[in-house]
Amino acid sequence: MEFFALYNDWAVIVLMMAGFYIMIARHNLVKKILGLSIFQTGIFYFYVGLGKVDGGTAPIFIEENEKLTEAVIYSNPLPHVLILTAIVVGVATMAVGLALIVRIYEKYGSIEEDEIQAIDEQEQINDHNGHADH
Amino acid sequence: MNPLVTLLPPLLVIPFIIFFGERQKNIRELCIFIAGGILLVLNISLYQNFLDGQTIVSGSITLFDGLKLYLKAEPLGILFALLASFLWIVTTLYSIGYMRGHNEKNQTRFYVCFAIAIASVMAAAYAGNLLTLFVAYEAITLSTFPLVTHSGTEKAKRAGRIYLGVLMGGSIVLLMPAIIVIWWITGSVDFVSGGVFNESEVSPFWATLLLMLIVFGTGKAALMPFHNWLPNAMVAPTPVSALLHAVAVVKTGVFLIIKVIVYIFGFDFIASTGAADILLVFAAGTILLASLIAMTKDNLKERLAYSTISQLSYIVMAALIANTLAAQGAALHIVSHAFGKITLFFCAGAIMVALHKKAISELDGIGKQMPYTMTAFFIAAISIIGLPPLIGVWSKLVIAEGAIEGGQLWLVAVLIISSLLNIAYLLPIPIRAFFKAAPIEGDNYQACEMQEAPLACLVAIAITTLGCIVLFFQTHTISELLSLI
Amino acid sequence: MPYNIHFPALLIVLPLMAAPLCVIVRHSFFSWLIAVVVNICVVLFSVSLLLQVIDGDVIRYTLGGWAAPTGIEYYIDTLNAVLMVVISIISFFSLIYSKASIQAEIAPQRYYLFYTGWLLCLTGLLGIVITGDAFNVFVFLEISSLSMYMLIALGKERKQALLAAFRYLIMGSVGASFILLGIGFLYAATGTLNMSDLALHLVDADQSRTVIVGFSFITVGLLIKSAIFPVYSWLPNAYQYAPSAVTAFLAGTATKVSLYVFLRFFFHVFGSEYSFAEMLLGKILMPLAIVGFFAMSIVAIFQTDIRRLLAYSSIAQIGYMFAAVSMATEAGVAAGVIHIINHAFIKTALFIAVGCIAYRLGSSRIADMGNLIALMPWTASAFIIGGLSLIGVPLTAGFVSKWYLVTAAIDSGWWSIAIMVLLSSLMAIMYIGKIIEVFCFRKTTENMKGADVKEAPLFMLIPLWALIIISVYTGINGSIVVGTAELAASQLMGGML
Repeated sequence: MEFFALYNDWAVIVLMMAGFYIMIARHNLVKKILGLSIFQTGIFYFYVGLGKVDGGTAPIFIEENEKLTEAVIYSNPLPHVLILTAIVVGVATMAVGLALIVRIYEKYGSIEEDEIQAIDEQEQINDHNGHADH
Repeated sequence: MNPLVTLLPPLLVIPFIIFFGERQKNIRELCIFIAGGILLVLNISLYQNFLDGQTIVSGSITLFDGLKLYLKAEPLGILFALLASFLWIVTTLYSIGYMRGHNEKNQTRFYVCFAIAIASVMAAAYAGNLLTLFVAYEAITLSTFPLVTHSGTEKAKRAGRIYLGVLMGGSIVLLMPAIIVIWWITGSVDFVSGGVFNESEVSPFWATLLLMLIVFGTGKAALMPFHNWLPNAMVAPTPVSALLHAVAVVKTGVFLIIKVIVYIFGFDFIASTGAADILLVFAAGTILLASLIAMTKDNLKERLAYSTISQLSYIVMAALIANTLAAQGAALHIVSHAFGKITLFFCAGAIMVALHKKAISELDGIGKQMPYTMTAFFIAAISIIGLPPLIGVWSKLVIAEGAIEGGQLWLVAVLIISSLLNIAYLLPIPIRAFFKAAPIEGDNYQACEMQEAPLACLVAIAITTLGCIVLFFQTHTISELLSLI
Repeated sequence: MPYNIHFPALLIVLPLMAAPLCVIVRHSFFSWLIAVVVNICVVLFSVSLLLQVIDGDVIRYTLGGWAAPTGIEYYIDTLNAVLMVVISIISFFSLIYSKASIQAEIAPQRYYLFYTGWLLCLTGLLGIVITGDAFNVFVFLEISSLSMYMLIALGKERKQALLAAFRYLIMGSVGASFILLGIGFLYAATGTLNMSDLALHLVDADQSRTVIVGFSFITVGLLIKSAIFPVYSWLPNAYQYAPSAVTAFLAGTATKVSLYVFLRFFFHVFGSEYSFAEMLLGKILMPLAIVGFFAMSIVAIFQTDIRRLLAYSSIAQIGYMFAAVSMATEAGVAAGVIHIINHAFIKTALFIAVGCIAYRLGSSRIADMGNLIALMPWTASAFIIGGLSLIGVPLTAGFVSKWYLVTAAIDSGWWSIAIMVLLSSLMAIMYIGKIIEVFCFRKTTENMKGADVKEAPLFMLIPLWALIIISVYTGINGSIVVGTAELAASQLMGGML
């Protein structure tokens, strides 16, 4: 099955597109953040897959007294290390995003983007009228 | 002597103007007079130095890549600077009468902007290269913008928008690329006798395009269809219209065009490429069309504005003929038109101050109330039309000779027709004033009493009117200077 | 060992370490002082670095002594050295300004957080510029962005700021993720992350599809980050609602840094030959840039809020920069770099001026700003000078930019672009003219009569005028900026050393 040979890449694409879709289509801010998170997870998978070598094992140095029966193949550790950093960044992004959502909820009493926008517009109109009254 | 010193008097007087402000008007205006006097003296001594054969150059600032800003005196510039500095004094005298008589607000701001504008005009007059002239050109636009919107009314603000849009917009969209292209082609924007262009470098098409960019981009020259700002700018107080919109601002525009044609393009280059042919039609068209429009205008200042547009195109046309004689005629016309038109505007302002009348149709019979003003108006009008013994005759004559020498006989016909049109739109005004009876209705009974403008205004009018006459006999001095081009 | 050998590392480490220090100190004045002192050091470091590379040398600083392809190196040539100077100077003046301005905008107990965020943001921006490692770019990009989201949201009253920050967060993270993905593809194709090394390997791997995919992802990511025309939506709100000091800082640095990364990737890593001749990046970018500066200038004309107006003008200016860079000639890149530098100073100054006005007026609606020239003469005249510079009036920095942009366009035969750039200046005249008119000739409106409007405090005026003087000076003596920009462009186009 040629089609499924690159199953990990398919997983990456599906995850990214799903996340992207959620970000665009959902008005709920929490869902947006989750979408972003899923989107980023897709990229993490991509990096993890990048470093994988067929039949490779974790890059841990095997000491000499242990028996070496065959040549050891290691997976490339660098992408994994890189992605650890990116995961941390992703977590931080999510934390900032969620913190913002909490503040938004406190101020607006809603986390639906269209409702917030409606509130803003209403206020702007009121504000404008207020200016005109003077 | 360093031409930079001519920038100093108008700039240094600004702190004094602000310091004395509205509280001590007399001292404030005295300061301006002193500055004007010093400026005139400086310009005259520059003129003397130049006649003695000195090169008069200032230090230069390098912007980047060898692009420099510097000042350098040459005959055209000296003439222009002398003219502007002399008329500045006269106009200040006039403004004192006008601004007080009219109770204008923000007089301090008015004088400050005026002084900055004069400093910029000096920089423009002595500009050593096209870039410096361009910088000064923009400075003039910016410093006169507050003068146009002076009254702060909706109409004034609209005029200000048009003013800024046409002048600055034109200069940035058309003039600046032309300068960049000149720089790109020749690697120089210096004013050099005989021009910087090499015939092999530029095809006639591009030469024509470049010249069009410059002539149209110089919105201050008010060549149609870029003339709209000038009639609109007439909402400004009359001294502004008089000095700036009849002399300094618009003359900077035509001055730029003359300089570019004489020192950047060069006569030979224009003759060989025929770059000016299309533009000559535009200039001739503007002369006639503006005169025709002027006849339809009832507002006195507007009529004078259209007359200015028409007269400016004389100068542009003369420059475009591109031979020495025509260029001298152009320079001479800068002077002659300046004296004539400033007098006319002074008179218009005087009528406004004394009688609060703006429309020509209201002027019937005011010759009895304002005999001096209307006599001056009459003399200046004759000068503009070009009859002896007034300065106007010489410049028209020289331009016509230049046109004949350049083989453009049809331009002579344009000149003659336009002189007839001049008669048609200028002379009816004094004729109405002197020979028509004042309408007898309501409280116009005192119409026979003298009701002249303030003395300061009258003195100013007298000086410029005398200028029209005196210069008729003194033209050789100007010609001698111009022959050094 | 020369004293300045570790300056590249110190430049990053110092603000990074000072940030937690601010949290520990928890005192509003001292954290400000720490930030200022650190910033002064950073300015000195970056100036010293610039002086070292101004002759055309390149500094390659290996972190921890690990040699280049394996370890991370800082790669400093003229381009990033001059940008570091610009960033640190802008940050310095905005910091001075922030001392007074945040009093009206941020709750006092959060001041130390503000300066922490500021220092982190500065670290990130400098890091993006200095590093020679592709993955490092992403990390620093996220450091600066995350702290920027926080700074934008810090405003006390403006709840719109929260939503603006959130939207910026979504857009910014997507952009950064795309860049991350693109870098991953490049790594897959070449097995290296060092930019210079990448450049060497990519020459062989040119035709590979992996590289093309990586190229595309990085392009999209960078375009979002630098707010070019169709993907600019996060910018106006962020600029309008952020605390004014943050807007000033952001406007001068954030998008410019993204543009720098753009230059670094597409000229240095991929090589202009590949990016522009094979992938036809210029053909895609040029229309976007032109539509951008046209459409956004028009939109700017109709804004009623002065900060929003300037924000749209910023997007238009980014269009100029991209137009210049898209020509992919040395003159074009030089013009782009000149405009990056000049515009950074001008826009920061303008936003500071607007901040001063809003500080006294309590409003940033243009209609409320009648007669400001009399009420706040210093601020208003600074704004007018900055505005003229934006138009490109001679003797201002903007003139130098426009001159070079137009010459570059003519040089490479893009006459049409030269014309469009100048036509769009007309719109700049309109929106700046509109403000000048209100400043000078509109009477104070009724609802502003009661407010006690006077000149802004000295502490706000000093940074404002310092920036204005810098931008006028670079307009009169343009050779400094022009010389460095041309050197930077030739290094960039000359490829790797």
